[in-house]
Amino acid sequence: MKTAHQIAIDVQSGAGSAESELERTLGVIAARNEELNVFLHVDEDGARSAAASIDARVAKGENVGPLAGVPIAIKDNMCQRGIPTTCSSRILEGWRPPYSATVIDRLLAAGAVPVGKTNLDEFAMGSSTETSAFGATRNPLDPTRVPGGSSGGSAAAVAADMTSIAVGSDTGGSIRQPAALCGLVGMKPSYGLVSRYGLIAFASSLDQIGPFAKNVMDAAILLEAIAGHDPMDSTSLPEPPPSLVAHVNDGVAGKRIALVRELVDGADPDVVASVERAVEALKDAGATIVELSIPEFRLGLSAYYLIAPAEASSNLARYDGVRYGLRVDADDVAAMNEATRTAGFGAEVKRRIMLGTYALSAGYYDAYYGQALKVRTQMIEAFKRAYLDVDLLIGATTPSVAFEFGSKTSDPMAMYLSDVFTIPTNLAGDAAVSVPFGSGEADLPVGVQLLGPGRSEAQLFAAARVLEIAEGRS
Amino acid sequence: MTLPGEWEMVVGLEVHTELKTATKMFCGCANQFGSEPNTNICPVCLGLPGSLPVLNERAVELAMAIGVALHCRIASSTFHRKNYFYPDMPKDFQITQYDLPINSGGYLDLPDGSHVSIERAHLEEDTGKSTHLGGTGRIHGADRSLVDYNRSGVPLVEIVSAPDIRSSAHARAYAAELRGILIATGASDGRMEEGSMRIDANVSVRKPNAPFGTRCEIKNLNSLRSLHRAIDYEALRQIDVIEDGGTIRQETRHWDEIFGETSTMRTKEEAEDYRYFREPDLVDLDPNQAWQDRVRNGLPPMPAERRQKLTARLSEPSQAQLEAVEVVIDLGLENFVNAAIDAGVEPALAVARAANELAAGIEMTPNLAPEAFSATVLMEQGGALSATQSKTVLGELLASGGDPKSIAKAKGFEQLSSDSLGSTVAELIEQNPDEWARYREGDEKLAQFFIGQVMKLTKGQANGKAVIAELQARR
Repeated sequence: MKTAHQIAIDVQSGAGSAESELERTLGVIAARNEELNVFLHVDEDGARSAAASIDARVAKGENVGPLAGVPIAIKDNMCQRGIPTTCSSRILEGWRPPYSATVIDRLLAAGAVPVGKTNLDEFAMGSSTETSAFGATRNPLDPTRVPGGSSGGSAAAVAADMTSIAVGSDTGGSIRQPAALCGLVGMKPSYGLVSRYGLIAFASSLDQIGPFAKNVMDAAILLEAIAGHDPMDSTSLPEPPPSLVAHVNDGVAGKRIALVRELVDGADPDVVASVERAVEALKDAGATIVELSIPEFRLGLSAYYLIAPAEASSNLARYDGVRYGLRVDADDVAAMNEATRTAGFGAEVKRRIMLGTYALSAGYYDAYYGQALKVRTQMIEAFKRAYLDVDLLIGATTPSVAFEFGSKTSDPMAMYLSDVFTIPTNLAGDAAVSVPFGSGEADLPVGVQLLGPGRSEAQLFAAARVLEIAEGRS
Repeated sequence: MTLPGEWEMVVGLEVHTELKTATKMFCGCANQFGSEPNTNICPVCLGLPGSLPVLNERAVELAMAIGVALHCRIASSTFHRKNYFYPDMPKDFQITQYDLPINSGGYLDLPDGSHVSIERAHLEEDTGKSTHLGGTGRIHGADRSLVDYNRSGVPLVEIVSAPDIRSSAHARAYAAELRGILIATGASDGRMEEGSMRIDANVSVRKPNAPFGTRCEIKNLNSLRSLHRAIDYEALRQIDVIEDGGTIRQETRHWDEIFGETSTMRTKEEAEDYRYFREPDLVDLDPNQAWQDRVRNGLPPMPAERRQKLTARLSEPSQAQLEAVEVVIDLGLENFVNAAIDAGVEPALAVARAANELAAGIEMTPNLAPEAFSATVLMEQGGALSATQSKTVLGELLASGGDPKSIAKAKGFEQLSSDSLGSTVAELIEQNPDEWARYREGDEKLAQFFIGQVMKLTKGQANGKAVIAELQARR
């Protein structure tokens, strides 16, 4: 399986073609999608015409872009004009957005070929894709296990060699956790680095689009292609995006990296062992390692499960049956709203809407949502203090390797704990990357997480690349 | 209207005004009244999944202009979401300002000298517009409802007064003055009939110096007349309830224009919990001092100042003249009046013609040059035109522009210039020597005889004052 980097070189040089890359991708999807349930929709016609147009442009001598002819999988919570977009929810079934997300436009401008929309936990609420209304996605490394979530479909697309890269979104770990469980590189960029315009909101102040890839270089190429200010997103960072690809091989010599106790406590021994080996590898590459405790991290999960549902309760109000998507008729508007939402949303989405509605209600706001905001501020301060002393933090991405279907569905708290190591970064608006390092139970991959301050993506990729090399993956 | 007994009403108004921006508050769609339904829409103002708001800079400027005109403090502010379900609100929340509005703590001085405090004037987005078919025309019991989202996302400023208003006339005067200010700032066209200014009234009653009573909020009053009537009705209703031994429930009430009464929409217990929280898709709104200063310095004079200036040109104005000044200011006709006064027209006459003839044809004033107005009224003052003729000429000028002298000539008014009037008067003196003799001896009543004769000859086109002047010149 070629890297995205290699595909783009081949397509641009004429050594390969966008059409042949796409046909290979469509072939793998045809062979494995039924079993794995990765793609909810494959846009064969659109992708073929995009690929043909790229080949035609190459033939005319045009420079098509850094992702020339690279097939890419899109998480199905990003709008693409004319393509069914569901968020894996019955309530949006059949809806075709009349506009495209900024990230889609940027991918097309970089020469990428979007091939279809991948499965996710309904409205990105979950850590296994088991809450999808259209069935769970299977982990290509072990089909009896989950691929993680919520961007499980995008992770599985890359892990199954359907595409070399994919985009996902990360609200509390939804890129990093499935990347870890599928043995991929996955990054949650700094809040505002990638435009959210056209990303269907789960929790607006936490959501961020980011890349999946088999290796650091591909992830850097993809993120560089989609990052940058967007006038359509008021929270988009105004500064020019960082140069990432050029710094992938910068190494970690002279960097100070802290192993954070709260980012390994409670993890399986195999996972902890991988993190410890990663620390040694970074040390060998010239980094100084210190140990740190950041007790505020323990409050992250509770704060997150108030803030994210609160925002979601408001963001998901618009699915009322009036304008698009599902409508279940009833005697009057209020009854129609209720019947539509009752039929259209799954149990986890309902649980979070109720949680969030409660947290924002008069008389409870201060005790719940207000309190969570204070914790969030403390979290931001705690990160800032840590970064006064060190450049990056390191820990586990998830407490365990990929788990079996159904093992956590009956206990929401157990599922929520999958994100305990990834949530602090979202609350702070910072960046973090998960990189495969070592293996655990059943020889499944372990993800090591590197965390950095806002706009530290280049440093994070460089550190991840050190681990990649240490593992013998060049 | 005066309330019975010793009752006093306490009123606070919430005035919503649509801002006159080219585009909507958070997207690039046209902000235009009267377009075909659902033509000025896009993913953002339809609240489609994935869309995000981007604040319109011009809306902020107009909101600041309102703040400056109302003597408010302009401060760093934030946006919140007000969450409730309604079909014409496409996101099922409204983006508004909550604890940190852009403008707070201002006031408005009314022409009668009273002072109304302004608590806040904040930015928010408008909703779409529902039309309910069948039933009563309201959502309950309708057969079907149609929604037009052209208005969805139109920028609004909500101006909240303190409960400083004490009568329906006072409320009306406040709303009228505020409307004048909104028009003067350029923030709004003030067209209540198009819904670009809508008023909610909070009404309670009390005995003098007693604490405030329980208030009821009357929603969506769409004219100054409705405001006036609704407040009076509501105050009397509350007094009746209290005098019958009942108590007022805090509630939101609907004003029925046809039946002239208010009715319960929802009680306090049924009130929605709006679950306000910071809008995470927008950043803080923090207009820097330079921007504020630009807005402040760019503001034209407000109605109060203009009224004062114009009134100062009238010597000892009568009540009727003051009311005429009011009309001139409301309609922004000072340039005509000032030009005429500068050209030598009596201020009272200039104000009267502007407040009546120009006001009646206000939508046509672009056809009329201030010089033409001055020239016409000057001809009237000099006796070349009668009052009736002057009004006719002004009507013609408003309708199609042109030169007053040519219009007067074409209408046959020109012969009544002082020369021809002089010869008519001279003829009449010759034909009526007895009457002339008695007039010369001091019988002033005979002036009326000569005026009558002149009118008969000129078919009523002469100016009575000019006839007297001719008679006196020959006496």
